[in-house]
Amino acid sequence: MNWRERLRPYRAAFAARFLQMLQYRSAALAGFATQCWWGGIKVMVLAAFYAGAQASAPMPLHQAITYTWLAQGLLALLPWTADPEVAQAVRTGAVAYDRLRPVDAYALWYARTTGWIAARVLPRLALMALFAAVLLPLAGWTDWAWRASAGAAAGLFALLSMGLALLVSASMVMLLNIATAAALNERGINALAVPVVIVLSGNLLPLALLPDAWQTLLLLQPLAALVDIPMRLYFGQLAGGQAWRGLGLQCFWLALFVGAGHAALGRTMRRLEIQGG
Amino acid sequence: MPQILVDQLHKTYRVAERAPGLGGALRGLLRRRHRTVQALAGVSFALERGELLGFIGPNGAGKSTTVKILAGILRPDVGRVEIDGRAPWDDRERHVQRIGVVFGQRTQLWWDLPVQEGFDLLRDIYRVDPARYRRTRDELVALLRLAHVLDQPVRQLSLGQRMRAEIAAALLHEPDILFLDEPTIGLDAPSKLAVRDFVRRANRERGTTVLLTTHDMHDIEALAERVIIIGHGRVLADGPTEALRAQVLAERRLVVDFAHEAPAHLALPGVTLRHREGQTLALDFDPALTSAPALIARIAAEHAVEDLRLEGLSIEEVISRFYALHGAADT
Repeated sequence: MNWRERLRPYRAAFAARFLQMLQYRSAALAGFATQCWWGGIKVMVLAAFYAGAQASAPMPLHQAITYTWLAQGLLALLPWTADPEVAQAVRTGAVAYDRLRPVDAYALWYARTTGWIAARVLPRLALMALFAAVLLPLAGWTDWAWRASAGAAAGLFALLSMGLALLVSASMVMLLNIATAAALNERGINALAVPVVIVLSGNLLPLALLPDAWQTLLLLQPLAALVDIPMRLYFGQLAGGQAWRGLGLQCFWLALFVGAGHAALGRTMRRLEIQGG
Repeated sequence: MPQILVDQLHKTYRVAERAPGLGGALRGLLRRRHRTVQALAGVSFALERGELLGFIGPNGAGKSTTVKILAGILRPDVGRVEIDGRAPWDDRERHVQRIGVVFGQRTQLWWDLPVQEGFDLLRDIYRVDPARYRRTRDELVALLRLAHVLDQPVRQLSLGQRMRAEIAAALLHEPDILFLDEPTIGLDAPSKLAVRDFVRRANRERGTTVLLTTHDMHDIEALAERVIIIGHGRVLADGPTEALRAQVLAERRLVVDFAHEAPAHLALPGVTLRHREGQTLALDFDPALTSAPALIARIAAEHAVEDLRLEGLSIEEVISRFYALHGAADT
């Protein structure tokens, strides 16, 4: 079987979920409105801090603003919560029935989860780009707008990195799905995950603005792979060899989480196979 | 060589249990108690290509466990299963490519997707050739009368529509073997008839081997030429449906309407009084001991009779007698 045929089930699972989620237009619009609102507040707070700052900031204000708009646009990319459908399937043992399909169960659910996330991110990101990168400059508020990347190469790296961020996020959501199933209740895990994700991904503040002593650790922790690394690539802060290292780090996390998720789901499946659905 | 060979399957489940109430819950926190439930205790049978086998038994008899093992969802503790010479769990992907499975209690179609898209997804999951898929799908849609629900999401279908869609979904990749676990459960009469009709056609016209579990004896009567009765995880009987009926029930029933109050007893050899109400009396008798004409003649000679009806027992009665005989009813 050639690789196209091999991948056919997973591509189809991704597409089905993606197209299905894309239909929830009002959710996308509501999400976008909230994200603009919070984005606006964050931009104003940042401006106030920058105006009052004594020392020189690690990144100029216009970068921090661009970072904020993009991070708001990518909000749905973060692994907030387990995919309710997947978690339920793991919990009820319905995943055992995936053994009836000639596919790898993890890969199938992973493809679905990726479709689920992508369908929520893309419309909101597009709307955010329209608002912050097109409408704000047109209105004359260039200082507050989302600005272009530091050159074409930086833009391409950032785009590639955002794609990887999507894959990393899906692998994290898969772990949440499986953990949720083990804990029988998603609330505890979600309550724990949300604040950690907001801070460590860079969604709250660009990680570069956090204390200098933490920088290495902040960049090496896995949540940086979701927002902060793509943004550093966008601004050209990571360029040349460092850019590749940034992408490599994302790939490392991706491999690690996919491996862990695959093993964990495999264990669940074997338990179900022996104990009964 | 049989297509499906099942040899001495054993399967036990461990179920957690706790005493009722707060005390029980607290004790359960400290020490879990488990109980082992024996689902299968040595099930063996063989199935030839193109056969249609009915599997009946009370709840908890081990029907679904057997189907799950054959489908490759469960692994037996002990025992051998060979389907076309291979164990289901040895080469899972190839195995599942050749079987279709429907669980009446569980939907396998994606809940929020329209039926059509769910079918398309299965086409890609089973990597079915598109032209072939279109032909099979159109045929299934016509036979199972699904054309008007193709655009509806699965969650909006009625139970009967959903079950027909599930059956179509299980056959899109043209499997040789079809496992149906209680496919008629909860369906209304027309849907049951539609499902039975379709299963019969799939079996006769395409030669699909079918193994069907059910509580509904009418399914068995309408479909299966061969039936296995299972109880307490064992095969209690295995044979042609007719032979089973004949074996357990050589007995016939004579219902007599008397012109007057029915007599309290009839001293006749080999005859059991089953039921008495007003002027009507139901008698079960063994035709080997007393022939029907002789019995009727004796009754008519002694009493004024208005009407006589001779009945075979329904298969429900056959089965429940059978369970009683083996002490196999759900305990």
